[in-house]
Amino acid sequence: MKASTSVAITAVVLVAGFALCALQFPNIASTRVVANLLTDNAFLGIVAAGMTFVIISGGIDLSVGSVIGFTTVFTALAVERWGIPPFAAFALVLVLCALFGAAMGAVIHVFELPPFIVTLAGMFLARGVSFLLSTESIPITAPIYSAVSDFAIKLPGGGRLTAIAIAMLVILVLCALLLHLTRFGANVYALGGSRAATALMGIPVGPMTIRIYMLSSVLAGLAGIVFSFYTAAGYSLSAVGVELDTIAAVVIGGTLLTGGQGSVIGTFLGVLIQGMIQTYINFDGTLSSWWTKIATGVLLFVFIALQQGLMALARRSSLKPAGTRPVAAKPAGAPT
Amino acid sequence: MKALDGVDFTLGEGEIHALLGENGAGKSTLIKVVTGVFARDAGTIRLAGREIAPRSAKDAVDAGIATVYQEVNLLPNLSVAQNLYLGRQPTRFGVVREGEMKRRARALLLDYGLDIDVGAPLSSYSVAVQHITAIARAVDLSARVLILDEPTASLDRHEVEILFNVMRKLADRGIGIVFVSHFLDQVYEICDRVTVLRNGRLIGSREIAELPRLDLIRMMLGRELAETTHERAASQPDTAREVCVSFKNYGKQGYIAPFDLELRRGEVVGLAGLLGSGRTETARLVFGAERADSGEATIDGKAIKLSSPRDGASLGFGYCPEERKTEGIVADLTVRENIVLALQARRGLHRPLSRREQDEIAMRYIRMLDIRPPDPERPIGLLSGGNQQKALLARWLATSPKLLVLDEPTRGIDVGAHAEIIRLVRELCEQGLALLVISSELDEIVTYSNRVVVLRDRAHVEELKGEAVEVSSILAAIAADTAPAQEAAS
Amino acid sequence: MTLRIPRRGMAQALALIVILMIDRLVSPQFFNLHLQDGRLFGSVIDVLNRGTPVALLSLGMVLVIATGGIDLSVGAVMAIAGATAASLADTHSLPVVIASALAVGLACGLWNGILVAVLRIQPIVATLILMVAGRGIAQLITEGRIVTFTSPDLVWMGNGAVLGLPTPVVIALGMLLLTAAVVRGTALGLLIEATGGNARASELSGVGTRAMILSVYVWCGLCASLAGVIAAADIMGADANNAGLWLELDAILAVVIGGTSLFGGRFSLVLAVAGALIIQAMNTGILLSGYPPELNLLVKAVVVLAVLLAQSPRLGDLSRFTARWRRTK
Repeated sequence: MKASTSVAITAVVLVAGFALCALQFPNIASTRVVANLLTDNAFLGIVAAGMTFVIISGGIDLSVGSVIGFTTVFTALAVERWGIPPFAAFALVLVLCALFGAAMGAVIHVFELPPFIVTLAGMFLARGVSFLLSTESIPITAPIYSAVSDFAIKLPGGGRLTAIAIAMLVILVLCALLLHLTRFGANVYALGGSRAATALMGIPVGPMTIRIYMLSSVLAGLAGIVFSFYTAAGYSLSAVGVELDTIAAVVIGGTLLTGGQGSVIGTFLGVLIQGMIQTYINFDGTLSSWWTKIATGVLLFVFIALQQGLMALARRSSLKPAGTRPVAAKPAGAPT
Repeated sequence: MKALDGVDFTLGEGEIHALLGENGAGKSTLIKVVTGVFARDAGTIRLAGREIAPRSAKDAVDAGIATVYQEVNLLPNLSVAQNLYLGRQPTRFGVVREGEMKRRARALLLDYGLDIDVGAPLSSYSVAVQHITAIARAVDLSARVLILDEPTASLDRHEVEILFNVMRKLADRGIGIVFVSHFLDQVYEICDRVTVLRNGRLIGSREIAELPRLDLIRMMLGRELAETTHERAASQPDTAREVCVSFKNYGKQGYIAPFDLELRRGEVVGLAGLLGSGRTETARLVFGAERADSGEATIDGKAIKLSSPRDGASLGFGYCPEERKTEGIVADLTVRENIVLALQARRGLHRPLSRREQDEIAMRYIRMLDIRPPDPERPIGLLSGGNQQKALLARWLATSPKLLVLDEPTRGIDVGAHAEIIRLVRELCEQGLALLVISSELDEIVTYSNRVVVLRDRAHVEELKGEAVEVSSILAAIAADTAPAQEAAS
Repeated sequence: MTLRIPRRGMAQALALIVILMIDRLVSPQFFNLHLQDGRLFGSVIDVLNRGTPVALLSLGMVLVIATGGIDLSVGAVMAIAGATAASLADTHSLPVVIASALAVGLACGLWNGILVAVLRIQPIVATLILMVAGRGIAQLITEGRIVTFTSPDLVWMGNGAVLGLPTPVVIALGMLLLTAAVVRGTALGLLIEATGGNARASELSGVGTRAMILSVYVWCGLCASLAGVIAAADIMGADANNAGLWLELDAILAVVIGGTSLFGGRFSLVLAVAGALIIQAMNTGILLSGYPPELNLLVKAVVVLAVLLAQSPRLGDLSRFTARWRRTK
């Protein structure tokens, strides 16, 4: 179907891109590079999983980058300055994130405001609070941090599958299960298909909206914790602009920005594509990092144009005025 | 103005009951009251003897009243099975049992004679399948009353047949079905009783077997006694009037069959027919709001380009659409701005109307058409329907048009404004305008039309001129070809 | 007549006055002005001067939002135009530099406009592309460095003075008048408001809605490139990473504060600029008060929420409902 077509296209782009990279730099095709790619993009994968839910439901969440920043600062302060045990700090910060997301969802639903602008306010708010907490980078020295960063599964070929990469993969699998196998997931797609029809079918639209933004913020919080492991520090300016990378990854992964269609697997592929571009540029050495942005922009355009084209085709075949019947499956066993 | 005025409606168990009437007759208001979308201010609803008071769509469903709308209110992006069981999927440990759900969905649809892949997205199926899916979901939620709002509007013959089989099966099970449709053939084929509404009032409720087709159409369109008392438009020979624009073999595939039409200065052409017969479609082609794919339009023998509203407007055509709120007014802008909009669009950006000119134009038409309140600076969304309609007329009159296309200009406006608009149409005609007017009020059409084109099933079927323009002859033309079939059937 | 402040401007005027009064409380010298080297100095002048880039952006943004759209790329366009201007400044004359930067902005606007008006891509999505890619393009131009220049002409654009007022302020004022002339002096304003209010009805009235939409994105690109030139001139260099960073959000905020609905329709240029000044007056006030400047973001968040709630359709219904309820009582 259409949904799997776009994921397939993304997969083809990824494989073809990877093959091209490997042709030019044979070293890229090693478990070391691939494992590093997973580690470097672990936080992006987690936050993008949450964004996938939001976008499929027809919304958008601009606050995720700020929530990551807030989480790193809060965690660092809690562990290093306030003497809270790391796991208690994680739990606490995730609860705060959940409340924050729920509040945004509630405002969006109750006041019928565009998610874009509500989460924009959320973005200012979260970033502002993290600035208030601290403007300096706080190194985290808790033993758990070094323990986690030392942990890795050795892969054949010298790759190290780190703890945070594993965390991302586990979270992605859980999110995929949640999205594709549960009532909650079905409702997320339903909301993106038509809010009004979903409400008419008896689904509580308000609580769903709140839960979706809550999920997104909690995943951003988890991404923030992972980010703090990655950098071993908390900094209020971390993950500035990550919301854009996240949205780009989700769209490149075949999720419709207008909602109703998409998958966690696609998003994962989208994250990998961005990581691959980054890796290629690192290997090349002569290209500068800004090419990442340009390439991402070009891919974004290609995928959006593709979606637009597919939708126009679908519209042409289904929205013909009454009288002309669209070509459609005729029920086989129907009486005539 | 009341949307629904003291209407009685009774639906028997296992009965298929047609609810008929033109747009604005009160059908959808009645449905919305019954399904709890609108609040009623008088009267009661009883279901199996027990009084119910639904306050929301969910209340109505819980009480056993389910509605399936013309635009299927399901989710095109989800699978058929998900659509059937959304919110009540079978689960084990929180995981939806996809296999079990599909099995049940398949069994459920087989019961309706549909053997399809329930895992495919709903959007990949025809509207008929989507309708049956919606009905299956509604009935599965224990419906005792099923309301079908224009379910057949976009179905072909074969699909209608499938739907009718489903309806008969459900009626046999004792479910009462309200069937809203503008296809009279279908009403005669499937229904037991018919109730007709007009202007929010009950016209009558009859056994369909005892109601000849002509009488039914008269109930829907005509007004008793109107035929003999109306004033007639002056009839002059056609040739005396200058041709404004003519259409030859003009049509659009799947939209309206090719037609010939000549519009002359100082002449009103009425378009008559039932809802969905192709009246609005004709109007939109004539103005350029839709692009034709066959035939040609000419002015003085020269072919003209008419592929966008801009083309129509620059040729001196004007169009007041039926959907006043969504296609007519710009609600936030003032009456003045709404009035000058078309003129300004035609003049282009570089020749703006000065504020003085705008005020003059607005005031001139506010006075001429008696728009109330006479305040050009009031947002037009705050005016009554009749005054909005007059402002839209003013919008086009300000462009000094050659041709005006009016789609249901008197719909949803009160009696006083109604008469005024009819008077205006005749005045404009006398000033030499060509007019093409759509109305469901046949006596209204007869009052101002020099010629009447009768439509049926998206085609022009007859053109009545001069003395032949009578309510009775229009009614006969609308009912014409199908009447013998009906007699044969009964 | 073209610059009339509608009645609804009262709220914005009041907000600006209150914030200025608070600024005065925080810093007693707030309204002091002194003349030095033919240029006025003082906190008020500072507010005007610092508010210039957002004010310029909001002039374009308000038109885009009036058609029911949004332009997320203006910050990135600023960076591109700044980079263009900075890399040409020391080798070309000022008119060439400015013309090139504006041409770049025009091209960016045209790109956005085509995506929205012709390809009919949702504005948020369409302009996201340039928002992502734009900074990369700017860095491509500067080759990843911070390009500095010494051209006195361009420096004057950012730091000079005209009749005692800082050049950027004069340019922004000129741009406001020019935009007002273009929009209100022709029929553009009316047709934009009609398009944003009801695109379908406007089209059926013969309005070329596509051309309207295309032109507002082009104008938005132009305004953004001008803001980019001024920002570059101000720091005598182009920083592709940080020029105009997050200013698209400030510009949207300014427009929303200025009372233009995100759903399109009625707009006011003057009030959008007032919105930009309100934001800047808050920033300056926090700076003067000695509180950490980081507080800015929090204050902004609260302002966004307050304005949104005031504009919320649900609240509107509520107030209408209570009004009716009072009348019937």
